[in-house]
Amino acid sequence: MQLQKIKLFMYFPPEKTDKPITYRLVKDYDLMFNILQAQIQPNKKGRLMAELEGTAENIEKGLQYLKDQGVQYRIFNKNIIWHEEKCVHCGACTAVCPSRALSMDRNEWKLTFDHSKCLICELCVKACPLNAMDVNIFL
Amino acid sequence: MAKTFDEINEKIKDGKVVVLTAEEFKDLVEEKGVAQAAKEVDVVTTGTFSPMCSSGAFINFGHSDPPIRMNRIWLNDVPAYGGLAAVDTYIGATELSETQGFEYGGAHVIQDLIDGKKIKLRAESYGTDCYPRKEITTYITLDDLNQAYLFNPRNAYQNYNAATNSSDRILYTYMGTLLPQYGNVTYCTSGELSPLLNDPELRTIGIGTRIFIGGAQGYVAWEGTQFVRNKEVIRDGVIQYSGATLAVIGDMKQMSSRFIRAASYEKYGTTLFVGVGIPIPVLDEDMAKFLAVRNRDIYTQVVDYSVPSRSRPVLRKVSYEELRSGMIELNGKKVPTAPLSSLRKAREIAQVLKEMILKGEFLLQEPIQKLPEDRRFNPLKEREVK
Repeated sequence: MQLQKIKLFMYFPPEKTDKPITYRLVKDYDLMFNILQAQIQPNKKGRLMAELEGTAENIEKGLQYLKDQGVQYRIFNKNIIWHEEKCVHCGACTAVCPSRALSMDRNEWKLTFDHSKCLICELCVKACPLNAMDVNIFL
Repeated sequence: MAKTFDEINEKIKDGKVVVLTAEEFKDLVEEKGVAQAAKEVDVVTTGTFSPMCSSGAFINFGHSDPPIRMNRIWLNDVPAYGGLAAVDTYIGATELSETQGFEYGGAHVIQDLIDGKKIKLRAESYGTDCYPRKEITTYITLDDLNQAYLFNPRNAYQNYNAATNSSDRILYTYMGTLLPQYGNVTYCTSGELSPLLNDPELRTIGIGTRIFIGGAQGYVAWEGTQFVRNKEVIRDGVIQYSGATLAVIGDMKQMSSRFIRAASYEKYGTTLFVGVGIPIPVLDEDMAKFLAVRNRDIYTQVVDYSVPSRSRPVLRKVSYEELRSGMIELNGKKVPTAPLSSLRKAREIAQVLKEMILKGEFLLQEPIQKLPEDRRFNPLKEREVK
Protein backbone atom coordinates (compact mmCIF):
# COMPACT_ATOMS: atom_id res chain seq x y z
CA MET A 1 0.00 0.00 0.00
CA GLN A 2 1.34 3.42 -1.00
CA LEU A 3 1.82 5.66 2.02
CA GLN A 4 1.57 9.42 1.81
CA LYS A 5 3.07 12.06 4.00
CA ILE A 6 1.64 15.50 4.75
CA LYS A 7 2.67 18.25 7.09
CA LEU A 8 0.00 20.25 8.79
CA PHE A 9 -0.66 22.94 11.33
CA MET A 10 -3.53 22.23 13.70
CA TYR A 11 -5.31 24.82 15.81
CA PHE A 12 -7.17 23.43 18.81
CA PRO A 13 -9.96 25.45 20.39
CA PRO A 14 -9.48 25.80 24.19
CA GLU A 15 -12.22 23.27 25.02
CA LYS A 16 -10.49 20.60 22.95
CA THR A 17 -7.01 20.73 24.42
CA ASP A 18 -7.90 18.05 26.99
CA LYS A 19 -9.15 15.54 24.37
CA PRO A 20 -6.84 12.76 23.14
CA ILE A 21 -7.27 13.73 19.51
CA THR A 22 -3.84 12.63 18.34
CA TYR A 23 -4.40 9.26 19.98
CA ARG A 24 -7.56 8.74 17.93
CA LEU A 25 -5.73 9.71 14.74
CA VAL A 26 -3.16 7.04 15.44
CA LYS A 27 -5.50 4.37 16.75
CA ASP A 28 -8.54 4.74 14.51
CA TYR A 29 -6.88 5.82 11.27
CA ASP A 30 -3.51 4.11 11.55
CA LEU A 31 -1.62 7.36 10.95
CA MET A 32 2.01 7.72 11.90
CA PHE A 33 2.26 10.94 13.80
CA ASN A 34 5.44 12.96 14.17
CA ILE A 35 5.11 16.14 16.21
CA LEU A 36 7.39 18.91 14.97
CA GLN A 37 6.27 21.80 17.11
CA ALA A 38 3.63 22.08 19.79
CA GLN A 39 2.19 24.76 22.01
CA ILE A 40 -0.61 23.41 24.12
CA GLN A 41 -1.77 24.64 27.51
CA PRO A 42 -4.97 23.64 29.31
CA ASN A 43 -7.89 25.94 28.51
CA LYS A 44 -5.97 27.94 25.97
CA LYS A 45 -5.90 27.75 22.21
CA GLY A 46 -3.36 25.07 21.18
CA ARG A 47 -1.14 24.89 18.16
CA LEU A 48 0.45 21.74 16.83
CA MET A 49 2.62 21.17 13.82
CA ALA A 50 2.99 17.57 12.75
CA GLU A 51 3.79 15.23 9.96
CA LEU A 52 1.20 12.53 9.21
CA GLU A 53 1.94 9.41 7.29
CA GLY A 54 -0.62 6.87 6.15
CA THR A 55 -2.70 5.72 3.22
CA ALA A 56 -4.46 8.43 1.20
CA GLU A 57 -7.79 7.10 2.41
CA ASN A 58 -6.84 7.16 6.07
CA ILE A 59 -5.33 10.65 5.79
CA GLU A 60 -8.58 11.88 4.30
CA LYS A 61 -10.63 10.21 7.04
CA GLY A 62 -8.31 11.55 9.72
CA LEU A 63 -8.66 15.09 8.39
CA GLN A 64 -12.46 14.69 8.33
CA TYR A 65 -12.27 13.55 11.96
CA LEU A 66 -10.32 16.72 12.84
CA LYS A 67 -13.00 18.83 11.14
CA ASP A 68 -15.76 17.01 13.02
CA GLN A 69 -13.96 17.72 16.28
CA GLY A 70 -13.75 21.43 15.52
CA VAL A 71 -9.99 21.35 15.06
CA GLN A 72 -8.91 23.76 12.37
CA TYR A 73 -5.96 22.75 10.25
CA ARG A 74 -3.86 23.98 7.42
CA ILE A 75 -1.88 21.64 5.20
CA PHE A 76 1.51 22.92 4.25
CA ASN A 77 1.76 23.96 0.70
CA LYS A 78 5.37 24.96 0.99
CA ASN A 79 8.70 23.34 1.51
CA ILE A 80 12.29 24.49 1.53
CA ILE A 81 14.59 23.47 -1.27
CA TRP A 82 18.34 23.31 -0.84
CA HIS A 83 20.15 23.96 -4.12
CA GLU A 84 23.23 21.98 -3.27
CA GLU A 85 25.08 23.01 -6.41
CA LYS A 86 25.04 26.64 -5.23
CA CYS A 87 26.00 25.77 -1.65
CA VAL A 88 29.56 26.25 -0.37
CA HIS A 89 28.79 24.70 3.03
CA CYS A 90 29.68 27.89 4.90
CA GLY A 91 27.16 27.28 7.68
CA ALA A 92 25.46 30.71 7.74
CA CYS A 93 22.01 29.09 7.53
CA THR A 94 22.68 26.91 10.57
CA ALA A 95 23.02 30.11 12.63
CA VAL A 96 19.32 30.87 12.25
CA CYS A 97 17.67 27.46 11.89
CA PRO A 98 15.43 27.12 14.99
CA SER A 99 14.80 23.37 14.71
CA ARG A 100 18.34 22.31 13.74
CA ALA A 101 16.98 20.86 10.51
CA LEU A 102 20.02 22.51 8.98
CA SER A 103 23.21 21.49 10.70
CA MET A 104 26.88 20.93 9.97
CA ASP A 105 28.29 17.45 9.77
CA ARG A 106 31.26 17.97 12.05
CA ASN A 107 33.53 15.48 10.34
CA GLU A 108 33.05 16.51 6.75
CA TRP A 109 31.93 20.06 7.56
CA LYS A 110 29.20 19.56 5.06
CA LEU A 111 25.74 21.02 5.46
CA THR A 112 23.02 18.47 6.15
CA PHE A 113 19.33 19.16 5.73
CA ASP A 114 16.82 17.01 7.60
CA HIS A 115 13.53 17.87 5.89
CA SER A 116 11.49 16.14 8.56
CA LYS A 117 12.67 18.66 11.16
CA CYS A 118 12.07 21.70 8.94
CA LEU A 119 9.50 24.16 10.28
CA ILE A 120 9.43 26.08 6.99
CA CYS A 121 10.12 29.32 8.86
CA GLU A 122 12.14 30.52 5.86
CA LEU A 123 14.85 32.16 7.98
CA CYS A 124 17.50 30.19 6.06
CA VAL A 125 16.26 31.57 2.75
CA LYS A 126 17.24 35.06 3.84
CA ALA A 127 20.32 34.05 5.78
CA CYS A 128 21.96 32.14 2.92
CA PRO A 129 24.51 34.43 1.23
CA LEU A 130 24.58 32.28 -1.91
CA ASN A 131 20.86 32.07 -2.59
CA ALA A 132 21.01 28.32 -2.18
CA MET A 133 17.82 28.03 -0.10
CA ASP A 134 14.46 28.53 -1.74
CA VAL A 135 10.81 28.26 -0.82
CA ASN A 136 8.86 25.95 -3.04
CA ILE A 137 5.13 26.54 -3.07
CA PHE A 138 2.80 23.82 -4.29
CA LEU A 139 -0.94 23.51 -4.11
CA MET B 1 68.51 20.22 9.71
CA ALA B 2 67.23 23.45 8.27
CA LYS B 3 65.90 23.60 4.69
CA THR B 4 65.83 26.55 2.33
CA PHE B 5 63.20 27.63 -0.19
CA ASP B 6 65.62 26.74 -2.98
CA GLU B 7 66.20 23.24 -1.67
CA ILE B 8 62.48 22.64 -1.36
CA ASN B 9 61.87 23.94 -4.90
CA GLU B 10 64.53 21.54 -6.19
CA LYS B 11 62.66 18.69 -4.52
CA ILE B 12 59.40 19.89 -6.13
CA LYS B 13 61.06 19.90 -9.56
CA ASP B 14 62.53 16.43 -8.94
CA GLY B 15 59.19 15.06 -7.78
CA LYS B 16 60.66 14.23 -4.37
CA VAL B 17 58.86 16.78 -2.27
CA VAL B 18 56.79 15.71 0.74
CA VAL B 19 53.66 17.80 1.15
CA LEU B 20 50.90 17.54 3.74
CA THR B 21 47.85 19.66 4.35
CA ALA B 22 47.89 21.59 7.63
CA GLU B 23 45.46 19.15 9.22
CA GLU B 24 47.49 16.13 8.11
CA PHE B 25 50.69 17.74 9.41
CA LYS B 26 49.21 18.39 12.85
CA ASP B 27 48.15 14.76 13.09
CA LEU B 28 51.65 13.68 12.11
CA VAL B 29 53.21 15.88 14.80
CA GLU B 30 50.89 14.37 17.40
CA GLU B 31 51.95 10.91 16.28
CA LYS B 32 55.68 11.36 15.72
CA GLY B 33 56.67 14.62 17.38
CA VAL B 34 57.84 17.97 16.04
CA ALA B 35 61.44 16.98 15.26
CA GLN B 36 60.49 13.97 13.16
CA ALA B 37 57.69 15.84 11.36
CA ALA B 38 60.08 18.70 10.55
CA LYS B 39 62.52 16.19 9.07
CA GLU B 40 59.95 14.28 7.00
CA VAL B 41 57.81 17.07 5.61
CA ASP B 42 58.87 19.87 3.25
CA VAL B 43 55.69 21.85 2.67
CA VAL B 44 52.40 22.30 4.52
CA THR B 45 49.39 23.63 2.65
CA THR B 46 46.80 25.90 4.28
CA GLY B 47 43.47 27.21 3.05
CA THR B 48 40.59 29.52 3.72
CA PHE B 49 37.30 30.23 1.95
CA SER B 50 35.58 33.20 3.55
CA PRO B 51 33.65 36.28 2.67
CA MET B 52 36.27 38.98 2.11
CA CYS B 53 34.67 42.36 1.47
CA SER B 54 37.84 44.19 0.63
CA SER B 55 38.13 42.57 -2.79
CA GLY B 56 37.76 43.80 -6.34
CA ALA B 57 39.09 43.66 -9.86
CA PHE B 58 41.08 45.86 -12.20
CA ILE B 59 39.82 45.60 -15.76
CA ASN B 60 40.96 47.00 -19.09
CA PHE B 61 38.24 46.96 -21.78
CA GLY B 62 40.27 47.94 -24.85
CA HIS B 63 39.32 50.91 -27.03
CA SER B 64 36.19 51.42 -29.07
CA ASP B 65 36.22 53.32 -32.37
CA PRO B 66 35.90 56.26 -32.01
CA PRO B 67 37.47 55.98 -28.56
CA ILE B 68 35.91 57.08 -25.29
CA ARG B 69 37.46 58.19 -21.99
CA MET B 70 35.02 56.42 -19.73
CA ASN B 71 34.38 58.51 -16.65
CA ARG B 72 31.16 56.94 -15.47
CA ILE B 73 31.01 53.17 -15.82
CA TRP B 74 28.46 50.46 -15.01
CA LEU B 75 28.85 46.70 -15.33
CA ASN B 76 25.43 45.02 -15.24
CA ASP B 77 24.23 48.25 -13.62
CA VAL B 78 26.86 48.05 -10.86
CA PRO B 79 28.93 51.26 -10.78
CA ALA B 80 32.65 50.79 -11.40
CA TYR B 81 35.35 53.37 -10.81
CA GLY B 82 35.85 55.89 -13.61
CA GLY B 83 38.80 57.80 -12.28
CA LEU B 84 41.57 55.84 -14.02
CA ALA B 85 42.81 56.07 -17.61
CA ALA B 86 40.36 55.94 -20.54
CA VAL B 87 39.34 52.27 -20.47
CA ASP B 88 40.67 51.06 -17.13
CA THR B 89 38.39 50.50 -14.19
CA TYR B 90 38.22 48.97 -10.74
CA ILE B 91 35.10 47.21 -9.61
CA GLY B 92 34.68 46.57 -5.90
CA ALA B 93 32.97 43.48 -4.51
CA THR B 94 30.58 45.38 -2.25
CA GLU B 95 29.37 47.95 -4.81
CA LEU B 96 25.63 47.39 -5.27
CA SER B 97 23.61 47.24 -8.45
CA GLU B 98 21.54 50.38 -9.11
CA THR B 99 18.65 48.17 -10.24
CA GLN B 100 18.86 45.03 -8.07
CA GLY B 101 20.23 46.39 -4.80
CA PHE B 102 21.46 43.86 -2.26
CA GLU B 103 20.80 40.96 -4.59
CA TYR B 104 23.57 41.75 -7.05
CA GLY B 105 26.84 43.61 -6.68
CA GLY B 106 30.42 43.91 -7.82
CA ALA B 107 31.15 40.45 -6.43
CA HIS B 108 28.49 38.99 -8.74
CA VAL B 109 29.96 40.84 -11.74
CA ILE B 110 33.33 39.28 -10.88
CA GLN B 111 31.87 35.78 -10.56
CA ASP B 112 29.79 36.14 -13.74
CA LEU B 113 32.92 37.21 -15.65
CA ILE B 114 34.84 34.20 -14.28
CA ASP B 115 31.92 31.97 -15.28
CA GLY B 116 32.26 33.25 -18.85
CA LYS B 117 28.95 35.13 -18.84
CA LYS B 118 28.24 38.23 -20.91
CA ILE B 119 28.27 41.44 -18.89
CA LYS B 120 26.60 44.66 -20.00
CA LEU B 121 29.07 47.54 -20.09
CA ARG B 122 27.62 51.02 -20.08
CA ALA B 123 29.84 54.09 -19.93
CA GLU B 124 29.54 57.84 -20.27
CA SER B 125 32.06 60.56 -20.90
CA TYR B 126 32.24 64.34 -21.28
CA GLY B 127 34.16 63.91 -24.57
CA THR B 128 37.59 65.33 -25.33
CA ASP B 129 39.51 66.08 -28.51
CA CYS B 130 41.42 62.83 -28.12
CA TYR B 131 38.43 60.80 -26.86
CA PRO B 132 35.42 62.24 -28.69
CA ARG B 133 32.83 59.54 -27.94
CA LYS B 134 30.36 60.36 -25.16
CA GLU B 135 28.61 57.08 -24.49
CA ILE B 136 28.78 53.38 -25.12
CA THR B 137 26.61 50.35 -24.30
CA THR B 138 27.81 46.88 -25.21
CA TYR B 139 28.43 43.39 -23.89
CA ILE B 140 31.82 42.14 -22.73
CA THR B 141 33.17 38.76 -21.66
CA LEU B 142 36.29 37.81 -19.72
CA ASP B 143 37.97 36.59 -22.92
CA ASP B 144 37.54 40.02 -24.56
CA LEU B 145 39.25 41.89 -21.77
CA ASN B 146 42.91 42.79 -22.11
CA GLN B 147 43.48 42.42 -18.38
CA ALA B 148 41.20 41.35 -15.58
CA TYR B 149 42.88 40.68 -12.29
CA LEU B 150 41.73 40.70 -8.74
CA PHE B 151 43.53 43.10 -6.51
CA ASN B 152 42.15 42.63 -3.03
CA PRO B 153 43.39 45.20 -0.52
CA ARG B 154 42.52 43.09 2.52
CA ASN B 155 42.19 39.31 2.49
CA ALA B 156 43.12 36.34 4.64
CA TYR B 157 42.68 37.87 8.09
CA GLN B 158 44.93 36.17 10.59
CA ASN B 159 42.13 36.01 13.13
CA TYR B 160 38.66 37.45 13.52
CA ASN B 161 36.08 38.09 16.23
CA ALA B 162 33.24 35.75 16.92
CA ALA B 163 29.96 37.65 16.99
CA THR B 164 26.86 37.61 19.17
CA ASN B 165 23.93 39.89 19.96
CA SER B 166 22.68 40.86 23.42
CA SER B 167 19.85 43.09 22.18
CA ASP B 168 16.19 42.24 21.76
CA ARG B 169 16.13 42.46 18.01
CA ILE B 170 17.66 40.47 15.15
CA LEU B 171 20.84 42.05 13.78
CA TYR B 172 21.79 41.71 10.13
CA THR B 173 25.55 42.02 9.89
CA TYR B 174 28.54 40.98 7.85
CA MET B 175 28.83 38.28 10.52
CA GLY B 176 25.49 36.88 9.35
CA THR B 177 22.11 37.03 11.06
CA LEU B 178 22.58 37.42 14.81
CA LEU B 179 19.58 36.30 16.83
CA PRO B 180 18.38 38.33 19.83
CA GLN B 181 19.41 37.71 23.45
CA TYR B 182 22.55 35.76 22.66
CA GLY B 183 20.60 33.45 20.34
CA ASN B 184 23.70 32.42 18.43
CA VAL B 185 27.41 33.00 17.92
CA THR B 186 29.00 33.17 14.48
CA TYR B 187 32.69 32.90 13.64
CA CYS B 188 34.68 33.25 10.51
CA THR B 189 38.15 31.77 10.12
CA SER B 190 39.27 28.31 9.17
CA GLY B 191 41.20 28.07 12.47
CA GLU B 192 44.05 25.58 12.34
CA LEU B 193 43.82 25.45 8.53
CA SER B 194 44.03 29.22 8.15
CA PRO B 195 47.17 30.50 6.39
CA LEU B 196 48.31 33.22 8.77
CA LEU B 197 47.54 31.26 11.92
CA ASN B 198 50.07 28.68 10.74
CA ASP B 199 52.82 31.25 10.28
CA PRO B 200 52.03 33.60 13.17
CA GLU B 201 55.38 35.41 12.94
CA LEU B 202 55.17 35.77 9.15
CA ARG B 203 58.54 34.11 8.63
CA THR B 204 57.61 32.66 5.25
CA ILE B 205 54.75 34.86 4.07
CA GLY B 206 55.63 38.32 2.80
CA ILE B 207 55.61 40.46 -0.31
CA GLY B 208 56.06 38.23 -3.36
CA THR B 209 54.86 35.00 -1.76
CA ARG B 210 53.16 32.87 -4.41
CA ILE B 211 49.67 31.87 -3.34
CA PHE B 212 46.63 30.02 -4.58
CA ILE B 213 43.78 32.48 -5.10
CA GLY B 214 40.41 31.63 -6.57
CA GLY B 215 41.95 28.75 -8.52
CA ALA B 216 44.80 30.82 -9.99
CA GLN B 217 48.41 31.27 -8.92
CA GLY B 218 48.71 34.77 -7.53
CA TYR B 219 50.90 36.72 -5.18
CA VAL B 220 51.00 38.63 -1.94
CA ALA B 221 51.34 42.19 -3.19
CA TRP B 222 51.61 44.14 0.02
CA GLU B 223 50.55 44.23 3.64
CA GLY B 224 46.76 44.17 3.76
CA THR B 225 44.87 47.25 4.87
CA GLN B 226 44.23 47.38 8.63
CA PHE B 227 47.26 45.12 9.04
CA VAL B 228 48.00 45.00 12.76
CA ARG B 229 51.26 43.79 14.16
CA ASN B 230 53.14 44.92 17.22
CA LYS B 231 54.26 43.65 20.58
CA GLU B 232 50.78 44.04 22.08
CA VAL B 233 48.86 42.20 19.40
CA ILE B 234 48.78 38.96 21.35
CA ARG B 235 47.02 39.60 24.64
CA ASP B 236 45.69 36.92 26.93
CA GLY B 237 46.53 34.32 24.29
CA VAL B 238 44.34 35.97 21.67
CA ILE B 239 45.54 37.62 18.49
CA GLN B 240 43.68 40.84 19.14
CA TYR B 241 40.94 41.74 16.73
CA SER B 242 42.51 40.65 13.49
CA GLY B 243 46.29 40.57 13.40
CA ALA B 244 47.92 40.48 10.00
CA THR B 245 46.09 40.78 6.67
CA LEU B 246 47.28 40.47 3.08
CA ALA B 247 46.82 42.48 -0.10
CA VAL B 248 46.72 39.88 -2.85
CA ILE B 249 46.67 39.80 -6.61
CA GLY B 250 45.66 37.12 -9.11
CA ASP B 251 44.58 36.69 -12.73
CA MET B 252 40.80 36.29 -13.10
CA LYS B 253 41.32 34.50 -16.40
CA GLN B 254 42.78 31.55 -14.49
CA MET B 255 40.10 31.49 -11.79
CA SER B 256 37.11 29.24 -11.29
CA SER B 257 33.91 29.82 -9.34
CA ARG B 258 34.71 26.55 -7.58
CA PHE B 259 37.13 28.66 -5.53
CA ILE B 260 35.59 32.13 -5.62
CA ARG B 261 31.93 32.96 -5.14
CA ALA B 262 29.74 36.05 -4.93
CA ALA B 263 27.58 36.39 -1.85
CA SER B 264 24.85 38.62 -0.53
CA TYR B 265 24.05 39.06 3.15
CA GLU B 266 20.59 40.13 4.09
CA LYS B 267 20.29 43.83 4.91
CA TYR B 268 24.06 44.16 4.74
CA GLY B 269 25.07 43.88 1.11
CA THR B 270 27.28 41.94 -1.24
CA THR B 271 30.70 40.45 -0.71
CA LEU B 272 33.01 37.90 -2.24
CA PHE B 273 33.95 34.49 -0.88
CA VAL B 274 37.64 34.25 -1.79
CA GLY B 275 39.50 30.98 -1.71
CA VAL B 276 43.08 31.52 -0.60
CA GLY B 277 45.68 28.82 -0.06
CA ILE B 278 49.25 29.43 1.03
CA PRO B 279 52.00 26.80 1.05
CA ILE B 280 54.27 27.07 4.06
CA PRO B 281 57.75 25.56 3.91
CA VAL B 282 58.82 23.54 6.93
CA LEU B 283 62.16 25.32 7.11
CA ASP B 284 63.11 24.05 10.56
CA GLU B 285 61.74 22.77 13.84
CA ASP B 286 60.55 26.22 14.91
CA MET B 287 58.41 26.41 11.77
CA ALA B 288 57.10 22.91 12.47
CA LYS B 289 56.10 24.00 15.95
CA PHE B 290 54.06 26.87 14.56
CA LEU B 291 52.48 24.55 11.99
CA ALA B 292 51.53 22.08 14.70
CA VAL B 293 49.09 24.50 16.35
CA ARG B 294 45.63 23.05 16.97
CA ASN B 295 42.18 24.60 17.29
CA ARG B 296 42.29 24.12 21.06
CA ASP B 297 45.29 26.48 21.22
CA ILE B 298 43.90 29.19 18.94
CA TYR B 299 41.63 31.72 20.57
CA THR B 300 39.43 34.54 19.49
CA GLN B 301 37.04 36.78 21.41
CA VAL B 302 33.27 36.81 21.45
CA VAL B 303 32.10 40.34 20.73
CA ASP B 304 28.64 41.84 21.24
CA TYR B 305 27.63 43.36 17.90
CA SER B 306 24.56 45.06 19.34
CA VAL B 307 26.69 47.90 20.69
CA PRO B 308 26.94 50.41 17.85
CA SER B 309 30.42 51.56 18.70
CA ARG B 310 33.92 51.11 17.33
CA SER B 311 34.97 49.30 20.49
CA ARG B 312 32.32 46.72 21.13
CA PRO B 313 32.30 44.84 24.42
CA VAL B 314 34.20 41.57 24.58
CA LEU B 315 32.25 38.88 26.42
CA ARG B 316 34.84 36.15 26.69
CA LYS B 317 37.71 34.48 24.94
CA VAL B 318 37.00 31.22 23.19
CA SER B 319 39.03 28.57 21.43
CA TYR B 320 38.27 27.44 17.90
CA GLU B 321 37.82 23.94 19.26
CA GLU B 322 34.93 25.18 21.39
CA LEU B 323 33.45 27.16 18.52
CA ARG B 324 33.66 24.12 16.27
CA SER B 325 31.88 21.94 18.84
CA GLY B 326 28.61 23.68 17.90
CA MET B 327 27.88 25.11 21.34
CA ILE B 328 29.66 27.48 23.70
CA GLU B 329 28.79 28.80 27.10
CA LEU B 330 27.92 32.46 27.34
CA ASN B 331 26.76 34.02 30.62
CA GLY B 332 26.06 30.55 31.98
CA LYS B 333 23.84 29.66 29.02
CA LYS B 334 24.56 27.24 26.16
CA VAL B 335 24.57 29.13 22.89
CA PRO B 336 24.75 27.47 19.45
CA THR B 337 27.64 28.46 17.20
CA ALA B 338 27.71 28.63 13.42
CA PRO B 339 30.60 29.11 11.01
CA LEU B 340 30.45 31.62 8.15
CA SER B 341 33.63 30.47 6.49
CA SER B 342 33.49 27.17 4.61
CA LEU B 343 35.81 24.71 6.25
CA ARG B 344 34.93 22.17 3.61
CA LYS B 345 36.17 24.51 0.87
CA ALA B 346 39.24 25.43 2.92
CA ARG B 347 40.12 21.73 3.08
CA GLU B 348 39.51 21.34 -0.63
CA ILE B 349 41.86 24.26 -1.33
CA ALA B 350 44.61 22.86 0.92
CA GLN B 351 44.22 19.51 -0.86
CA VAL B 352 44.25 20.97 -4.38
CA LEU B 353 47.29 23.08 -3.55
CA LYS B 354 49.05 20.03 -2.17
CA GLU B 355 48.40 18.14 -5.41
CA MET B 356 49.64 21.06 -7.52
CA ILE B 357 52.92 21.09 -5.58
CA LEU B 358 53.30 17.31 -5.78
CA LYS B 359 52.83 17.50 -9.57
CA GLY B 360 55.51 20.19 -9.80
CA GLU B 361 52.99 22.79 -10.99
CA PHE B 362 53.42 25.19 -8.07
CA LEU B 363 56.79 26.40 -6.80
CA LEU B 364 57.35 28.26 -3.56
CA GLN B 365 58.47 31.88 -3.69
CA GLU B 366 60.52 33.27 -0.87
CA PRO B 367 59.26 36.70 0.21
CA ILE B 368 61.03 39.54 -1.59
CA GLN B 369 60.38 41.70 1.42
CA LYS B 370 59.06 40.94 4.89
CA LEU B 371 55.80 42.44 6.06
CA PRO B 372 56.11 45.25 8.61
CA GLU B 373 56.76 44.39 12.25
CA ASP B 374 55.16 47.41 13.81
CA ARG B 375 51.75 48.47 12.65
CA ARG B 376 48.90 49.77 14.73
CA PHE B 377 45.23 49.99 13.89
CA ASN B 378 44.50 53.70 13.95
CA PRO B 379 40.99 55.00 14.36
CA LEU B 380 39.69 57.80 12.17
CA LYS B 381 40.29 61.07 13.96
CA GLU B 382 37.45 63.45 13.34
CA ARG B 383 38.48 67.09 13.11
CA GLU B 384 36.17 70.01 13.07
CA VAL B 385 35.47 71.23 9.56
CA LYS B 386 34.73 74.95 9.19
